[in-house]
Amino acid sequence: MLEISWLAIALTIAAASTPLLLAAAGELVVERAGVLNLGLEGMMLMGAVIGFIVKVESGSWFVACLAAACVGALFSQAFAFFVLTLRANQVAAGLALTILGGGLAAVLGAGYVGVSLAPMPRIPVVGSELHPWLGLLEHSPLFWLGLLVVVGVQWFLFHSRAGLVLRAVGDSHDSAHALGYSVLKVRALAIAFGGAMAGLGGAYLSLVHTPLWSEGMTAGRGWIALALVVFAFWRPWRLLFGTFFFASVTILEIYAQGFSLAVPPQFFAMLPYLATIAILVFLSSAYWRGRSDAPAALGKTFAPPY
Amino acid sequence: MEVCGCVFVTCACFMATFDVSPLLEIRAISKRFGDLTANDAISLTLRRGEIHALIGENGAGKSTLMQILYGRITPDAGEILLEGKPLAAGTAAARAAGITMVFQQFVLFEALTGLENLRLGLGNGMKPRALRDKALAFAERYGFWVELDRRVSELSAGEHQRLEVLRCIMQEPKVLIMDEPTSVLTPQEADGLFETIRLLARNGTGIVYISHKLREIRALCERATVLRRGRVVARPDPQKTELDAMARAMLGDDAVALADLAETEDKATGTLSAVPSVPTMPSVLPPRETTRLFVEGLTLPSVHRQGVGLSDISFSVAAGEIFGIAGIAGNGQNTLLEALTGERLLPHGQEQAIRLQGRAVGQLGVLARRRLGLATVPEDRHGHGAVGDLTLKENILLTSTHVTHGEDALVRRFACSGGWLRLRRAGMVAEQVLARFAIQGAEARGPDTLARKLSGGNLQRFIVGRGLLHAPDLLLVLQPTWGVDAHAAARIHQALREAAERGAGVLLISQDLDELLALSHRIAVLARGQLSRPFICADFKDSPAGKSELRHALGLLMTGLGGTSTNPDREKVL
Repeated sequence: MLEISWLAIALTIAAASTPLLLAAAGELVVERAGVLNLGLEGMMLMGAVIGFIVKVESGSWFVACLAAACVGALFSQAFAFFVLTLRANQVAAGLALTILGGGLAAVLGAGYVGVSLAPMPRIPVVGSELHPWLGLLEHSPLFWLGLLVVVGVQWFLFHSRAGLVLRAVGDSHDSAHALGYSVLKVRALAIAFGGAMAGLGGAYLSLVHTPLWSEGMTAGRGWIALALVVFAFWRPWRLLFGTFFFASVTILEIYAQGFSLAVPPQFFAMLPYLATIAILVFLSSAYWRGRSDAPAALGKTFAPPY
Repeated sequence: MEVCGCVFVTCACFMATFDVSPLLEIRAISKRFGDLTANDAISLTLRRGEIHALIGENGAGKSTLMQILYGRITPDAGEILLEGKPLAAGTAAARAAGITMVFQQFVLFEALTGLENLRLGLGNGMKPRALRDKALAFAERYGFWVELDRRVSELSAGEHQRLEVLRCIMQEPKVLIMDEPTSVLTPQEADGLFETIRLLARNGTGIVYISHKLREIRALCERATVLRRGRVVARPDPQKTELDAMARAMLGDDAVALADLAETEDKATGTLSAVPSVPTMPSVLPPRETTRLFVEGLTLPSVHRQGVGLSDISFSVAAGEIFGIAGIAGNGQNTLLEALTGERLLPHGQEQAIRLQGRAVGQLGVLARRRLGLATVPEDRHGHGAVGDLTLKENILLTSTHVTHGEDALVRRFACSGGWLRLRRAGMVAEQVLARFAIQGAEARGPDTLARKLSGGNLQRFIVGRGLLHAPDLLLVLQPTWGVDAHAAARIHQALREAAERGAGVLLISQDLDELLALSHRIAVLARGQLSRPFICADFKDSPAGKSELRHALGLLMTGLGGTSTNPDREKVL
């Protein structure tokens, strides 16, 4: 029986890591292009609510996920308009997006609170009944998509010409502009991709993780995903370690109760956020700062010289 | 291959000699920015294989004209013809038509490797391996070597320059624009660049060479266009026109600037030697009675990952002396300045490594060192030198933190304010600085002008003036005339000389050998964090051969090739 419970833990970790992985992979691309989008939480909530509504109304998982991604991308373009076209401060605009997304999602989802869904089916693995460990491979399609996105982002950034241009824009937008690359276009596309991934991450929460809609259901996962990008030093591969680590910390809360430890559950609920702060402090030490790949133009507003 | 090359070169020569239709024609280009006419009906023609100099002071309109040619600015009037066909608007069109530009501030991506930078610059779908082969072939053909696999942030300024040039010539441009390409090069590196430029021209490329170093233009260019206040004022033949005649055309009739220019540019140069002669330099070493600054065995790592730290630096600056430190930026200059100003404190046990007026100051902060008579003119004018969003008089107040021994009673009283701002007096002091250094751009609001509203050169003059206000015993100056036009440079040089005559020690850290040779009593070279033995300039004054020998020796040390850079006779330095 012990074997089975470890299996359950492994499955929960994988499940808890998916929204973080999707959102962080998207944000990593955005930040590599030199834009800091703090609106992750808002975009995730929008994806969560739209995904849920579309599933309830249409009944199709695929359409629901597509709608969540599209809404995330569309919503992120509001941010893009402010920071790229109007050259607003990225931090302020990102925070505004988080607040707006939370409010808008609450309004849209007001009629769907309490509606319940059957969770998204997992992709079955042939022969999983033969050995319980094969069950480890049974996940929702979004989990596999998350892994695929990380591989895709890694390939795109470091093996494609478009990825090279994107990194160049994030390193020095003035130089990229001087060489004739459209800084704003590259950034708008990156922001749209980040929005789509955040929307999918949100949809995972409302369709797979806990198949219902409740206000503020992302519970700070957008902020953790932001911290994960820093933790990964802006490298997609390291994102995998980061998300699995954070997901493990997140689910400790559930299992601590099961193991009846004499620690208040609030402490475990607090752990992921505490870990975020601890890791950010640790990584800002001079040693690690020198080794990170932080894009040089991150958070800087681009104004074409003429 | 050999034969092909020969035929190609011969064809190019043939074209260059006999094809008289111009490669590039700029016709009556005008551009206004608000009230300022940056370009006023400027015309210029460029033939195939010609090296054409574009001369003018900062703000004369050179950069605007070249940005228009490169497609980054749309002109208000006029047209550009390339091989007889009008050029479409936009950078992409200009590049497609065969116009490339080597920018003064390099357009390179620090976080990417050399090869990745080339890929970005070439804009075609070439495979990395093929691109590498092509890059190496071009580098070999034009006789220089570049590092392709290291990150750009790990390369020196000279290597940056070569990478930029390589990126441009790999596009096999018809027109190549070079904006002050030698400003960060050692004399030897500059000679190498000139060879590349001449080879490009022989192969038929038309080159527009922007510079205000007239000696370079004389060595390189066949024709010249001189701009002043947005207009073409002269088209001299650089091979036949006297240097000071070109200087006069460039500057207009300004006595101060001309006097200084005549001093920096050696009028007697009739020959076109690869190693230009040394300008007038101080002839007598001042008596070494009082030591203002004494640095001994200073070792300090850089705070940045790729920065250069200092290893075992020793020198001293006497009262009345201008001590020059030459070297390409990025060889430890920033670490040295941080250590000397007190922005960075030395580790415990090393406080004796820096002594100011005989006192060990290694553990004292910026304010304490200023009280001991230190004034600083940093390189970075906005940020380090002045707070852009504060007014000029508020910027004056920022460094007036103590009673000074300046001879000016006004200064002495206004600084001692018991914690209260004496804004009216600060305003009067700011007025004095504005008047003394003839600072332009503050006419309307005077001392209440925001610092960021001043142009770079004028703000630099203001910062120098502010530094001298308190009659410092030691003045630290880093790159005082970088990006400053000749008028402002002349005044800044004059102010430094006066400060030394008054008894201050001046430490001048610069990349500009002309500037160092014109001002310094002694010069040492900082290369890879090590300081060379100082040269006493008076020893080289007597003969022209001695002068060029000194310049050559300094240049070699700057590249790190001058043999041992350590300091064998440290005892004799004092």
